Formats: sequence, C-alpha cells, structure tokens
Amino acid sequence: MSDLIQVNSVTKDFSNHRALDNVSINIPKQSIFGLLGPNGAGKTTLIRIINQIIAQDSGEILFDGKKINPKHVERIGYLPEERGLYKKMKVGEQALYLSQLKGVHYNDAKKLLKEWFEKFDLLPWWNNKVETLSKGMQQKVQFIITVLHNPELLIFDEPFSGFDPININLIKDEIIKLKNNGATIIFSTHNMSSVEELCDHIALINKSKKVLEGNIYKIKRSYANQVYQVEMSNLSGSLLNVNDNNFELLNQENKNGITEATIKIKTNANTNDLISKLFNNGTIVGFKEVVPSMDEIFIDTVSRKE
Amino acid sequence: MFNKVFIIVKREFLSRVKKKSFIVMTILGPVLFAALITLPVVITKMSEREYNIGVVDDTFLFYDRFKDGNNIVYTNLHTNINDALELVKREKFDAVLHIPKVAFESPSTLRLITKDAININAKIHTENVLKHEFESLKLGARGIDSEVLRAIETNIDIQAVRIQKDGMEETDYPEVSIILGILSGLLIYMFIFLFGSQVLRGVLEEKTSRIVEVIISSVKPFQLMMGKIFGIAMVGLTQFLVWVFLTLIIVSAVRVAMPEMFEFASGQQVQLTTAQMLDSNHIDKQIGEVKHHDTMTAQVLEALSAINWYVMIFAFIFFFLGGYFLYAALFAAIGSAVDNEADTQQFMLPVTIPLIFAIIFAQMVMSNPGGPIAFWLSMIPLTSPVIMMMRIPFGVPLYEIYLSAFFLILGFLAATWLAAKIYRTGILFYGKKIGYKDLWKWLKS
Repeated sequence: MSDLIQVNSVTKDFSNHRALDNVSINIPKQSIFGLLGPNGAGKTTLIRIINQIIAQDSGEILFDGKKINPKHVERIGYLPEERGLYKKMKVGEQALYLSQLKGVHYNDAKKLLKEWFEKFDLLPWWNNKVETLSKGMQQKVQFIITVLHNPELLIFDEPFSGFDPININLIKDEIIKLKNNGATIIFSTHNMSSVEELCDHIALINKSKKVLEGNIYKIKRSYANQVYQVEMSNLSGSLLNVNDNNFELLNQENKNGITEATIKIKTNANTNDLISKLFNNGTIVGFKEVVPSMDEIFIDTVSRKE
Repeated sequence: MFNKVFIIVKREFLSRVKKKSFIVMTILGPVLFAALITLPVVITKMSEREYNIGVVDDTFLFYDRFKDGNNIVYTNLHTNINDALELVKREKFDAVLHIPKVAFESPSTLRLITKDAININAKIHTENVLKHEFESLKLGARGIDSEVLRAIETNIDIQAVRIQKDGMEETDYPEVSIILGILSGLLIYMFIFLFGSQVLRGVLEEKTSRIVEVIISSVKPFQLMMGKIFGIAMVGLTQFLVWVFLTLIIVSAVRVAMPEMFEFASGQQVQLTTAQMLDSNHIDKQIGEVKHHDTMTAQVLEALSAINWYVMIFAFIFFFLGGYFLYAALFAAIGSAVDNEADTQQFMLPVTIPLIFAIIFAQMVMSNPGGPIAFWLSMIPLTSPVIMMMRIPFGVPLYEIYLSAFFLILGFLAATWLAAKIYRTGILFYGKKIGYKDLWKWLKS
C-alpha cells in the first residue's frame, strides 16, 4: 500500500450548498501533497473530514489502508488555517496541555517541547503568557505543537501566513526534514511558489469538485504545449521570419541587442525543425521550452471550468 | 478517551482556581459572610454604653416609674428644665426627658432633649414606659385596676404543628423555613448564573481565539464541552465548600475570641438559666421572660434543629449541580453559536427567563409551599433547582424530591443532547450572525 490516505468518492452537503462533490484523492506515503483551490472550494471541509472534526455524507476515507477511526487522530498533526492559543495561559503550560491532548505523556511532552523550544529560540518565553508573544512566535509555538507527537500525517493549512521570510525558510526546512524522516504532508495554500518548491503531488479542487490531480512534474509537462523561448543576436531582419504551417511567432521583443521571442510549434514539426529554421535569421544564443508555472495552471484550470 | 476529558477538566479547573479574582473572592466571601453574621452582634455589644437620661417631671407623677435597664439609666432631676438643659449642654447627661405639667392632658408636649443625635432605643423604651404609665393612670381614673387588666392581657402565638406519618407531632416554624428557603434558593440561583456564564465565556474564548479547531482535532467536540462544564462545576463546588468551611472557622474563631459577645446568641444557655429560675419564688414574674426567650432564640434554634440537615445539604449539592449542568449546557450552546459577547444577549434572555421566573414566584411558593404552583415549579427542570431548594426547609415528601431529581436528570440529559448538536456546528461557524432558524437547522442536521 503506497498511499497513506485514500479519499474515495467523498461527498459532503451543508444546509445550503454542496461542499464536496464525489471527491477522490490518493495521497502517497512520504510525499508532500499540495491541496490547492480557490477560497471556498472545499479544501478545509476535506481537511476537517480527514481530521474527523466533521463527518462526510457519503464515501470513505482510508488511513494506511484501513477505514479511518478516532484512534487515528493521534497519528495526525493538524495546523488549521484559523488557529490561535489561549491568550492568558502560559506558553509552556499550554504547549504541554495541547500535546497531552494528542496523547503524548506529560514527561515525554516536556522533554520534547524543551528541545523544540530551544531550536526555535522560544525557551526564554516558556513561562510567559501567550499574549506577550509576537504573532510570529505564536505561529512557531503552534507549529511545534502540531509536529510534537511525531505524527505520520501532517496537515498544514496555510502554514506560512503570519511568518516573516526568515521564519518561512525555517518552517520550510522543517517540513522537508519531517518528510525525509518518513512523514506524509498535506499542504494547503494559495502560495503557488511554495507549492512548486515543496510539493511532489498536488490536487486542485474547484467548486467542490476535484479538477486536477497528480505528480506535479507530470502535470506541468502536460500543460507545456510546445511553446519555446529563443534568444538570438545578429538578426538579419527586424522580425523573425518563422511563421508558416508549422510555426507561429507569439511574441518578440528586443533587449540590449538580444531578441527574445516565444514560438509555438504546431503539428508535424519538432524542435530540430524550428532550430534549422532559426539558423537563417541569425545566431541562436538561448533556447528553452516554456513550461507553465503552477500559478498559470491554477488560474487556467479554474477559469476554464467557469 | 476519558483520560483526555480528565486533562481538559484539569485545565479548566486549575486555570480558574489559580486566578487572582477566584482567590480573592474565595477568601473575601467568607469574611463577608462572617461579618454579616458577627457584625450585628459585635456592633450591638459595642454600642451598649450606658445612656444617661435625666428626668425632669413637673407633674411629680412619674419620677420613680422609670426603671434602669437595656443600658438606659434614668436619673431624677429635681430641678427646673433650664438647669437640666445646662447639664445636657455640659454633657453630664445624654438626654433630658421633660414632662411638663400639661403632659397628662396633651402628651404631645413631652420632650426628649439631646445634644447629639437621639439613641433610638432609649426613645422607644422611654415612650413605652410613659405609654404604660399614662394608660394605668387613665384606667385608674375610670376605676379599673391596671393589675386586673394585665391579668386579662393574653399573648397569642399559635404553634403550627404538623402530624408526621409515624403519628409524631412536630412543631413548624415557617418563619425560619422562609429565611432558609429564600437563602438556599437565592444561592442556587446565584451559583447557576455565576458559573453558567463562566461556561459561556469559556466557550466563547475558545471560539474567538480560534484555538478550538486545534483542540477538536485531538478530542471530540462533545468531550471538550463536557470537560469544560465539569471543570467549572468543580470550581463552583470548591468555592462553595471553601466558603462554608472558612465561614464556620471565622465565626467560631470570633466566638472563642470574644465569648461575651455571644452570651445571648446561644439559646440553650438562656433556657438553662431560665429553667433554674423557675425554681425560685418569682415564678410568675419569670414566666413572661421564659416565654420571651422561648419565642426568640430558643425557637429559632429548635426550628433549625427540626430541619433535616442531611436532606438539606445533599439536596443543595444535588440541585446545584443538576441545575448548573442543565443551564451550563445551554450556555455552552449559546457561547458556541455567537462570535462575540454582545450577540449572546438575544439567546441569553429566553434561557434565563425560567430562572428569573423562579425567583419572581418565590413569594407565592413560600406562602404555600405545598400548593400546586410550588409543586409544579419544583418538577419542571428549568425552575426546580431554585424552587425545590426553597421548599425543602418546609419539609417536602421524599418521593417528591426523588421525582424532581429524576426530572432534573432527564432535563439535563436533554439539554446536553441539544447543546452538543448546536455546539459542534457552532464552534466552527464564523462571520454570520446566527438566528433561531440557523440553530434549528443545526439541531436537525
């Protein structure tokens, strides 16, 4: 069994709308899985169902091949998008409390927390009330609480909101470490650059339906539609002369004596044909395939369905 | 899973018990109670300085009629009133009573002249003496002996006696029961409000601080709700028991420190001494005094000892907890449904109306503690904790207490079931202002 989580045809209705419509997703073990989608698409609903905070109306969730049950919550770490702490409670006490609720014994929790607090420069704040901490520090505390019980599945909903760039890198490094140590990570965000940087797999949910799922590299390849970017010097004419049945010049601009152009290869031709055609126009100094970013794929997929 | 509820109960309990406001209230409460109990005694004793009244009687009829007592000392001044007033000004006397010649015909000419504010007890006592003397004189003028009249005078105080099942007769003291009933009813009312609203605020805090989703990814919403309700119940129980305990300690400490203050507060002592007096020759004279003590302190004590304290205390703890659990569940539901404290008002009103209703009907219940209104209000779970506690000092058949307890448990289970349904949806619901329609939807889902 290579999937830690299998979501099979899950549907969830709320009183006035359908939040999830027959959604099936497989989340491979030891992967970082990006759960993407516009606001209100149903991501948080799916995450809450996996966390057993709410129940689906139909369909099933398998955790490591078994139907998910309340015992599994101790093997899940969840950092919700809407997260907070008791403001009047001391930081250390609170972290201990929440860890114990996840099933970690008091003494183990204390030891582990001290280590994590040390690593995140939080130890001097152990006896301070939460309200005296900056937002970033509170987020760090919440991150620690999420991962402390060493869960097999980690669910991060917008984990980087409220962090400065230095701490974002700190958290990113920790997420990668957790993955390398065997954890499976579900990562829900709008931040597409971090998706490209971290995720192995993604699923895109739009309007309560899954519209895209798979390995991020394969998805990007499938969205690459034979468009190439070329850089040329010593141009013979003012405009590249490539347009015919096989090629189409999409765009051209001059920068410091270098001409940059994007060209689409139509059917019945390959890159070699294009290059041999470009020989006649001048000197080729750069040539690469244009692969769409996740941002573009996201916008393209979401707007295409509308 | 129970282990986790225990962890929640522990946090809810400790986080409140450690608060300064709790510690201050817990210590200050008994001090206030004790002050309430001991201060009146202390103050009366302290103010028992002798009050000197000089009597100027222009009629010469009443000079020896004023007997010292109740810390009032009368001194006959055979001077004219102007000299007497000089004595008051020089503070030789606290007051001067002037009985002018025309006083007998027009009593409104009587004067009690003081430099400082008048001592109300001295005034009343003097008035009583004069009233009695005036009446005796008037009776004598009509040829009636005042001793005959005193023999006719009868003091009526009907003893209410209730026949018990076993045929025993038991004297009833409704006055004491009323005080005890109102006290325990109000205490239950206060505790339910005090700790119920703590549940509401606690739930609201978890919701607005957004910690709730973190917690319910570890435990079920129901466990969180019940953990909070139980934890705060423990806080309430702790406070109550500490209050009772500290009050007893303070009162007995004051009693040990200043025993003379409580000489007459103890009814048994009075009875003993009066019983000894009965042997003397002054029986006739003493009977009145014995009767007097009987009607006051001793009767209160007898009434208090007639009350079944085991039933009282167990019933208090049971109806406090039962009522609290019922209302706490409803308060938790309210706290989960709204986003801020201001929005709680619309839901608070209908929930608290039955409680307020119970207090409004208290007088009616008191005047007829066995009547149909009292009976039904002590069966309906929303009002029964307050009303039943008001009735118990009057004596309630045990089966009625059991029946009421049974309904209260049913009511509490129903309220918890309802609340849990609202709670689990409510705590994750932000942004929109919730109305009754939404609550109904959540209940059905």
